[in-house]
Amino acid sequence: MPWDRNQMAERAAQELEDGMYVNLGIGIPTLVSNFVGDKDITLQSENGMLGMGPFPFEGDEDADLITAGKQTITELSRTSYFDSAQSFGMIRGGKIAAAILGAMEVSEKGDLANWMIPGKLVKGMGGAMDLVAGVGRVIVVMDHTNKHGESKVLKECTLPLTGKGVVDLIITNLGVLEVGHKGLHILETAPDVSRDDIRAATEATIV
Amino acid sequence: MQKVYGSAEEALEGLLFDGMFIAAGGFGLCGIPELLLKAIEKAGTKDLTFASNNAGVDDFGIGILLQTRQVKKMISSYVGENAEFMRQYLSGELELEFNPQGTLAERMRAGGCGIPGFYTKTGVGTVIAEGKEHKDFDGETYILERGIVADLAIVKAWKADDTGNLVFRKTARNFNPPAAMCGKVCVAEVEEIVPRGSLDPDGIHLPGVYVHRLIQGEHEKRIEQRTTRKREEA
Repeated sequence: MPWDRNQMAERAAQELEDGMYVNLGIGIPTLVSNFVGDKDITLQSENGMLGMGPFPFEGDEDADLITAGKQTITELSRTSYFDSAQSFGMIRGGKIAAAILGAMEVSEKGDLANWMIPGKLVKGMGGAMDLVAGVGRVIVVMDHTNKHGESKVLKECTLPLTGKGVVDLIITNLGVLEVGHKGLHILETAPDVSRDDIRAATEATIV
Repeated sequence: MQKVYGSAEEALEGLLFDGMFIAAGGFGLCGIPELLLKAIEKAGTKDLTFASNNAGVDDFGIGILLQTRQVKKMISSYVGENAEFMRQYLSGELELEFNPQGTLAERMRAGGCGIPGFYTKTGVGTVIAEGKEHKDFDGETYILERGIVADLAIVKAWKADDTGNLVFRKTARNFNPPAAMCGKVCVAEVEEIVPRGSLDPDGIHLPGVYVHRLIQGEHEKRIEQRTTRKREEA
């Protein structure tokens, strides 16, 4: 059985270590915060906040307190606020240990495409290019194949890149792959998914 | 020198001209200079170039200046929430320069600090790097990005004293300090102007040296995405 969204998020949470400062992207990565357990993890929001809390109770929403996804949020006792230049200073400067992001395509060299489909509506890269270039470790969480059943793990990305050679680990519904020098290594498979199943669903080189 | 003005219109008097370059603070609809944007709409200044992380929504923020066709070009990192923006962009009426969010913030900060350019890893190997100088430092490749100096900066803060010292609130700080720093002139709108001496000097987020004109006003502070949890979940 391939992993579902929550199981992928739970697996991604295992990559986080006590004391880490982490940035979570939108979609499945946001769910990772539900699975950190007792680990002391501080979540960064790139619009200028360290120490993101849960959503506010109804009626407690504050227009001055939002996430990078523009959703209302709350602060914690550890929270700090800062401006956008300092926020990306800590990202670019490698102070944020990891980013967990969604993706449209990832290549065997660790290239990432997650911001633009030519010919379709282009909304912008936001902070994604800064994050993948700057943080300590980039972990991608995504479905292994697209809705047409085609591999999203490729020899070369076909879409415009967000970053070149930036991805360290790929967590999909089928398993966990590490980006190595000569190709991808399968570190783990989802229950009842074989290594051959992953090879069959992957266009990229698996070594 | 008197920095406090009676209204957004008065505070912008003599500062606006067609074809000018404006840096605006705010992230989404959070911490945007909504009163000054309305005053620019009223003034009818045309062919504006805006450096702003986002473009507002159709009827709020920079969106109102798109409705009136006052904007020629946007320098932004994300413009997904604005249908009129997309219509004008796809029909070729509006120019758009995408900047990675951190690169845009640092371009503003650098411009305000007298730094005309800086090297960054962000965007290396992507369309953002095309046509830009590449340089290797310690075995890694970086690209040259330019600092921004704007004709005018418009920002929103929570509190100010009459000397222009600013205090922001929570994530409404965002692009406001770097935007303010990169303006040749900066006009700030705040929720409250407090008596001199009542702000803690150690707690000033942006010193008044960056702020030339100041107004106090009522802010709508619209919420873009209201997300909540139920009390019983606690």
